[in-house]
Amino acid sequence: MSGESTYTPANGFTKWLDTRLPILRLANDSFVDYPTPKNLNYWWTFGGILTFCLVTQIITGVILAMHYTPHVDFAFDSVEHIMRNVNYGWLIRYIHANGASMFFLAVYLHIFRGLYYGSYKAPREVLWILGVLIYLLMMAAAFMGYVLPWGQMSLWGATVITNLFGAIPVVGNDIATWLWGGFSIGNPTLNRFFSLHYLIPFIIFGIVILHIWALHVPGNNNPSGLDVQDQKDTIPFHPYYTVKDGFALSIFLILFSYFVFFAPNVLGHADNYIPANPLVTPAHIVPEWYLLPFYAILRAVPDKLGGVLLMFSAIFVMFLLPWLDTSKVRSGRYRPLFKQFFILFVIDCLVLGYLGAQPAEGIYVILARLATVYYFAHFLIILPVLGLVEKPKNVPTSISESVLGKSAPQAAE
Amino acid sequence: MSEVHQTGEDPNRRDFLYLATGAFAAVGAANIAWPLIDQMNPDASVKALASIEVDLDGVEVGQSVTVTWRGKPVFVRHRTEAEISEARAVDITTLRDPQTDMERVVKDQWLIMVGICTHLGCVPLGEAGDFDGWFCPCHGSHYDTSGRIRKGPAPLNLEIPEYDFVADTRIKIG
Repeated sequence: MSGESTYTPANGFTKWLDTRLPILRLANDSFVDYPTPKNLNYWWTFGGILTFCLVTQIITGVILAMHYTPHVDFAFDSVEHIMRNVNYGWLIRYIHANGASMFFLAVYLHIFRGLYYGSYKAPREVLWILGVLIYLLMMAAAFMGYVLPWGQMSLWGATVITNLFGAIPVVGNDIATWLWGGFSIGNPTLNRFFSLHYLIPFIIFGIVILHIWALHVPGNNNPSGLDVQDQKDTIPFHPYYTVKDGFALSIFLILFSYFVFFAPNVLGHADNYIPANPLVTPAHIVPEWYLLPFYAILRAVPDKLGGVLLMFSAIFVMFLLPWLDTSKVRSGRYRPLFKQFFILFVIDCLVLGYLGAQPAEGIYVILARLATVYYFAHFLIILPVLGLVEKPKNVPTSISESVLGKSAPQAAE
Repeated sequence: MSEVHQTGEDPNRRDFLYLATGAFAAVGAANIAWPLIDQMNPDASVKALASIEVDLDGVEVGQSVTVTWRGKPVFVRHRTEAEISEARAVDITTLRDPQTDMERVVKDQWLIMVGICTHLGCVPLGEAGDFDGWFCPCHGSHYDTSGRIRKGPAPLNLEIPEYDFVADTRIKIG
């Protein structure tokens, strides 16, 4: 995919620069003349949207850090100070808080896109693994960010999550104490979470660069799952996909703005507007919506260590996915059975999300167990077996054919 | 290196220096890593908050108070006769974390324990749950009138802190 460079420096300065630091050549070959499959649909616009989300979170986050105080006595008040006194503080904080939700919405659509079109299969395994790493770091950053306002949900969410490490045999309690810097969540914990919350986005930024690098070596996957064969299969990234990504981003920003301006607290919890109190646990602790499926898995197991192990396994199984899916056909478009199981899997994830928000009792626990079993069965049983037993549809011979058809659409049955 | 091996007079001496230098650097790296890790452990000011004294006068039968110790809530409950006999009637072989009620108290009527659910650290609610003891609203653990885990995901009984009666109705925790 990454063929010869097409960059020609336009003037004396760019010629001079090109022989010293060919950064304009890199930008041109990566985002301007970069040959891209011509059949990418709107599910492929989330990479650009996610980059936008990351940059938004970093800019608003750096600004918020100018006004925030990471101390248990002042944190809650300093957040209210941002909301009431700082010029446009309310806007910047609401963009940051809702931006996290938008970031996760986009990343879930991006991941499901990859799952459906087989974007994790050879030769894109490293690309996929880097993506799962970014997702893990996003969860860590979001969790620590939620602690900073030091409301009731901040404190008790942090208590529940850090206690997960206490489930580790022998050294568990020492690890929890080490994470806290005390015998419970306290000022040292808040301080270090602030430090790490500031650090992680820059680590994510670094891995995003690797992610794009790993993308540009084999080139984009596409809805047909076929490899690019010649120039007829591609179009330059600019202007075709810069415009398409820009249009999708505009639509995405309408949703984003709706939350920021009309429903800024609908994705949060009212309890987090109560200052943290270590003596009173809220009646119902619920994590943010984007962590609910994993929370449901955690609570589905009637054993502390077992629940923790299963929850982490639910993420780590994704690292193994490229080797669990045995099908030679990349795109779900040509896999009739896979298509149905994929829909079931999406439903299963949504059901787990719903159950994570319900109290852990009665029918909800039973349903959470069934949904958890299905989640793992999808990766560990269904995907390996499907590749062996499924008879795929006829796959077109090229990307062009998949778009234009050969002569008659007899291939599509 | 390989050239040295072929032409040098004493290749073993060169290998030894090479390995010793590497080992020295590794030990040095480990030495500097430990302060960077250990700084996150509880500091001197946190450890200094070792113990507190609590006056039990005024806590009538059937009442509880919650005190803070090392940033954690500690439940002090003046148990009723009914609660004590209920706790002692249990066959301990049926318990997840087997402990007799006697092992968990110094004086029968005073039950003193850390008010943190052993599952994921929430504070259980008093006089609640299926066993007339404590109930954790987070993930549904039920504790009995001795603070022992009876039902739900928690693995252990509520922790009994180190404490002594310094007077008839005065305790020192920690």
